[in-house]
Amino acid sequence: MLWAEGVRHSFGAVPALEDVTFTLPAGHTLALFGPNGAGKTTLLKVLAGLIRPRAGRAGVAGGRGAIGWIGHQSLLYGQLTVRENLRFWGALYRVRPEVRESRLATLAGRLDLGPFLDRRVATLSRGQGQRAAVARALIHDPTVLLLDEPFTGLDRVAASELSELVRGFAGAGDGRATILVTHNVDEGTDLATDIGILKAGRLVELAPRGTRTAREVGERYRRAVS
Amino acid sequence: MGGLLRDAWVLARKDLALEVRTRTGIVSAVVFTALVLTVFNFGRDPTAVAVIDLAPSILWVTFTFAGVLSLNRAFQLELENQALEGLLVSPIDRRSLYLGKLCANLVFLLLVEAVGLPMFALFFNVAVLKVLLPLAGLIVLATVGFVAVGTLLSALVIRVRFAELMLPVLLLPFLIPPLIGAVQVTARLFSGRPLSEVVGWLKLLLAYDIVFVSLATLLFPATVDE
Amino acid sequence: MTLQSRGRWITASGLLFLAAVYVRAIWFTPVERLQGGAQKIFYLHAPAAWSTLLAMGLVGVASILYLLMKDERFDRFAAASAEVGTAFACVMLTTGPLWAKPIWGTWWTWDARLTLTLFLFFLFIGYQLLRGAIAEPGTRARFSAVLGIFGMVLVPFIHLSVYLFRTLHPQPIVLKPSAPSLPDSMLLTLLLSFLAFTMLYVGFVTQRYALGGAQSHVG
Repeated sequence: MLWAEGVRHSFGAVPALEDVTFTLPAGHTLALFGPNGAGKTTLLKVLAGLIRPRAGRAGVAGGRGAIGWIGHQSLLYGQLTVRENLRFWGALYRVRPEVRESRLATLAGRLDLGPFLDRRVATLSRGQGQRAAVARALIHDPTVLLLDEPFTGLDRVAASELSELVRGFAGAGDGRATILVTHNVDEGTDLATDIGILKAGRLVELAPRGTRTAREVGERYRRAVS
Repeated sequence: MGGLLRDAWVLARKDLALEVRTRTGIVSAVVFTALVLTVFNFGRDPTAVAVIDLAPSILWVTFTFAGVLSLNRAFQLELENQALEGLLVSPIDRRSLYLGKLCANLVFLLLVEAVGLPMFALFFNVAVLKVLLPLAGLIVLATVGFVAVGTLLSALVIRVRFAELMLPVLLLPFLIPPLIGAVQVTARLFSGRPLSEVVGWLKLLLAYDIVFVSLATLLFPATVDE
Repeated sequence: MTLQSRGRWITASGLLFLAAVYVRAIWFTPVERLQGGAQKIFYLHAPAAWSTLLAMGLVGVASILYLLMKDERFDRFAAASAEVGTAFACVMLTTGPLWAKPIWGTWWTWDARLTLTLFLFFLFIGYQLLRGAIAEPGTRARFSAVLGIFGMVLVPFIHLSVYLFRTLHPQPIVLKPSAPSLPDSMLLTLLLSFLAFTMLYVGFVTQRYALGGAQSHVG
């Protein structure tokens, strides 16, 4: 579903990723942990096609059109309404108008966007904006979800809402895969089927959840972080 | 090809919608145009030089200033909203990004010129109506060239310090050949001389447009892909 | 022999050759009847303009090659060529007025070569400013390559503009800077001067390129 093979990248003379190789099959959710500067965001960008690595290959089944991206930025235009934003992104992903409208309605229902669907994004609260950003990521019905520290700045309520959404996405049928980069160890390990640790550009640990290794890894990381 | 243009149109529509929402861009460009024309008027000695000799230069210098001023905004908008990342993750061809911006910038600048031309005719008492059709054609021809190079160069400077200063420095050498052409043809039009005298310039303007739009479309992906 | 020292040799030879050409120009080439001794600056003027044009052309070519092959050596070459081009443009823009004043009585003339060199100067300056403003080497190389190609493509349009302008507004000055019917000895001096300047171009660029390589290894 997603794969990386010998990916190496550097920014100028500064190394970012070193020989990263892994595959993530459909139906799996990978929680990717690691200290700041480890290369987590870089890896996601390589998978999404934003960065072409110096060496190695990486990709996602279905190409860019299959990716739902939730990064640090909301990727919504502040001066347009939520509805206008969703229409725009839908059109950009070549979603046909009828399909777009029905999906918009479904997402609005599921994410409870109704009250502010026709308000400008700049006027929304953080939580509302986050829900709108998720809708944007899902408007084209992606099969792969890449999330880069989406829990940052969210309060407990919003964070658990987001967790539910990710769980919902992953469970919505086979053929979906998710990578979640996060510092939030609890949320991450709860949602994941696999756990990975990236340190100084290298994928030092990668294990399915539930194995002894993964539990140790989770604990070690938790201790290191706290 | 069709996909390229379709995506470009979706992008252009979005940019124009944003422009309509904020409105500050067009207003400041129009006000700026009026101010420049006023300065030109007070800067000359009416008894020394006939206005008809200076008029073509005044018109085009004004349009050039207004154009350079408006061009920097195009990619700034994207960066401000930090939606550029989202556009790059989407499956659209990078060239559509350029063509979309080109289209939006062209419409914007043509609008400013459409307001500026009557102002010019009024302030300098130039009989523009008689030659309105060919003049309009010339304005479109020259503006396409300006915007083609300007849009691409503004993509080069967004990430750079002092972007507002850099853009004019980089852009102006490129604008001079079409500018000279525009002035020469305008002078012929105002003085009622036959256009056959300036066929060479018109061909130059057309060639400039074709060459630079193609070159910019070809090279634009290099400015956004890492 | 390292690249740097090879470059130095070429530059030194070029300078010597240039000096020889000047000796020839000043003492062994006949004085031009109409313009007098001041005409001899033409032997400096024309080849400097040529070198500037060569520099821009090669910046463009190196830029294309960089974008195709992503070899940073092409980027280094383009940067070196731009710097050398700027230097030659400065030479041209200072000697041009020095020549124009005694011949035509004005410091600046909008003649074809001077105008073209002025444009090239602005393009080179812009190119260097852009490079100076981008810290990340990969981005800097890509962006400069794009600008370099644009600059190269603009040159024929500048030529064309100047040509069209002059046919529409013929200059009152009858004496053209590039008299096509030079007697043999003058022509030879001119050709030798071109050769000397080309050698200087190669020498300077080699040195600058080598220096650029050393810098990137240290930094």
